[in-house]
Amino acid sequence: MSEMLLEIRNATKIYKQRGAGGKGSRDVIALQDFNLSIPKKPASIITIAGESGSGKTTLAQLVLGFTHLTSGQIIFDGQDISSADAHQMKDYRRQVQAVFQDPFGVYNPFYRVEHVFTTVISNFKLAANPQSRRALMEKALNIVGLRGEDVLRKYPHQLSGGQRQRIMMARAYMISPKLIVADEPVSMVDASLRASILDVMIRLKEEIGISFLYITHDLSTAYQIGDQIYILYQGTIAEKGNTINVIDKPRHPYVQLLVDSVPVPDPDIKWVGEINLPSDEEMRTSVNSGCRFYPRCPSRMDRCLTAQPPLYKIDEIDHQASCYLYDENEVAVASNKSQ
Amino acid sequence: MSQQKSQKKPVLEVRGLKVYYETPKGDVLAVDGIDFDLYEGETLGLVGESGSGKSTAAMGVLQLTVPPGRIAGGQVLLNGQSLLGLPEDTLRQFRWVKLALIPQGAMNSLNPTMRVSDQIKDVILAHEGKKANNNIKERILELLSTVGLPGRVYDLYPHELSGGMKQRACIAMAIALNPTVIVADESTSALDVVVQRVVAQTLLKVKEKLGVSMIMIGHDMGLMAQMVDRIAVMYAGKIVEIAPVKDMFRSPKHPYSQLLIDSVPSLKERKPLKITEGITHDPRNPPPGCIFQLRCPFVMDVCRRDAPPMQEVKPGQLVACHLYQENQDGSFIDVRDVVGNT
Repeated sequence: MSEMLLEIRNATKIYKQRGAGGKGSRDVIALQDFNLSIPKKPASIITIAGESGSGKTTLAQLVLGFTHLTSGQIIFDGQDISSADAHQMKDYRRQVQAVFQDPFGVYNPFYRVEHVFTTVISNFKLAANPQSRRALMEKALNIVGLRGEDVLRKYPHQLSGGQRQRIMMARAYMISPKLIVADEPVSMVDASLRASILDVMIRLKEEIGISFLYITHDLSTAYQIGDQIYILYQGTIAEKGNTINVIDKPRHPYVQLLVDSVPVPDPDIKWVGEINLPSDEEMRTSVNSGCRFYPRCPSRMDRCLTAQPPLYKIDEIDHQASCYLYDENEVAVASNKSQ
Repeated sequence: MSQQKSQKKPVLEVRGLKVYYETPKGDVLAVDGIDFDLYEGETLGLVGESGSGKSTAAMGVLQLTVPPGRIAGGQVLLNGQSLLGLPEDTLRQFRWVKLALIPQGAMNSLNPTMRVSDQIKDVILAHEGKKANNNIKERILELLSTVGLPGRVYDLYPHELSGGMKQRACIAMAIALNPTVIVADESTSALDVVVQRVVAQTLLKVKEKLGVSMIMIGHDMGLMAQMVDRIAVMYAGKIVEIAPVKDMFRSPKHPYSQLLIDSVPSLKERKPLKITEGITHDPRNPPPGCIFQLRCPFVMDVCRRDAPPMQEVKPGQLVACHLYQENQDGSFIDVRDVVGNT
């Protein structure tokens, strides 16, 4: 069996523009030659960060099987999911669970909270009788710090956003998955309640050994809980590595700009300098050749237009940035791999 | 600095404003008696979780409350003149001329079938009449350049602009008539971090150039730290604390403000997560006493009985909490210190 839980190899997703031919119509490359691997052990929280349009939700949808790759492979536990049969696919759906952004939209308001659990239990035949069914629900809720008697008989609108999102985590946990894809799980929850959800993620990782693909635009929560981080820019990896290293010392000019722009919650530390954004169309023109950040890059070179820079090694083992500025480090990871 | 501020003349005074929403099961007390002043050239941040009443309060100030909402009481004074109860056509003379709004999700508030320039023109002509038509193009171009948009935006439709540009177009529209007060409702929350910074810096520049006063509604404490002079924290329809931004970040007094400041994630250090529990009461039927009692880690008997009054515990820093008791010499002590010693 494979040592990798999830491997994404050269994943490319192109959304074809329908009825093409008109002015400005073109295919959208949502994800290009994306590579990622999550080892089976130890469990980890892998953050995928980026602005809107960077491809992070496309990645989540690919991993969850909602949409299919244009080219490349997604391999889960040694099995390519594009060639999995129905039985394997059902197993995959059990191993890989999802928690979505909107804690209000995922519930059917007409059913009690119980319903989200009983549906899963009967779908995957997790319990033989009502007693064990109840025990399963209770155990899952305890993990996220809730009690069955408090929430199961309630309707979704009677719970806070944080509670609802934790119930979603409990539901995912109950199926004992290996991986949970969490697509912006805290962005719609009040700041004062976010910590409770992040805490559940850490506990599921450490105590139960569930890995997370944590998709977010918010670097600060990633900084608090994430192990590895991949920062995407227009469908390609701009920089990846250990979360602390990447955010403390970003290398790619885009990531530097990004980290720099996060408002510091301290009235004494103000933004330094001003930035100008090029217009939208300029930002998208270099899509097909060269570095995608070229139009906005303060340290662009002619070379950047020739080809998309590979991931260059920075200093630590896994810290890499896709920028020619780091070419001095000689060995491109990409060429390393091909040998 | 805060003392100098309090000597300044307030542009906008809000006194005991109440905005209720009618529901079949009774009124939701969305804004339940709030008081604050907005001084000249000042930016006041209004923060709180969703449902705390910050947007409702702003709409109440602008007299834009629509049914099932209604203004159930209080006073709003603009330069000393009461806005409440003014007939609609008199109010129209104030809106946009004196009080401008950058609405929530401003980027979707532009009319998709009109060019940006025509929408700004509409605003100006509606208030200044046809005679404004003469040099209107130059005026609009200048507005666009004030918010950092290129002149070609003049001829574009909203769908041709990115989110940040649309947001800036809305700012241009808000400042078109040189208002005294701008209310910016979550004006950057749907934007990416980098774009958010551009829009926020645009707002700061505009404010400095025109010297307008601003109410900024939001929930991002990081952004507040960058943008505002004072912060008012709302919880369940009431202002629980109002303080200069530095005091709020350095030493928040109300347990809810403390919670809010503590839960701001940092990019500088990994801190242990601070977990809080609790659910807000039914907004139709608040418990007697303090509104935060169900979630407060320091709740005392008195909190379940009496609503805490607003007390100025430090110059410029007002807090509504029973934890702070006034001594005879006028200074304040934290009850927790005393209890800890006995």
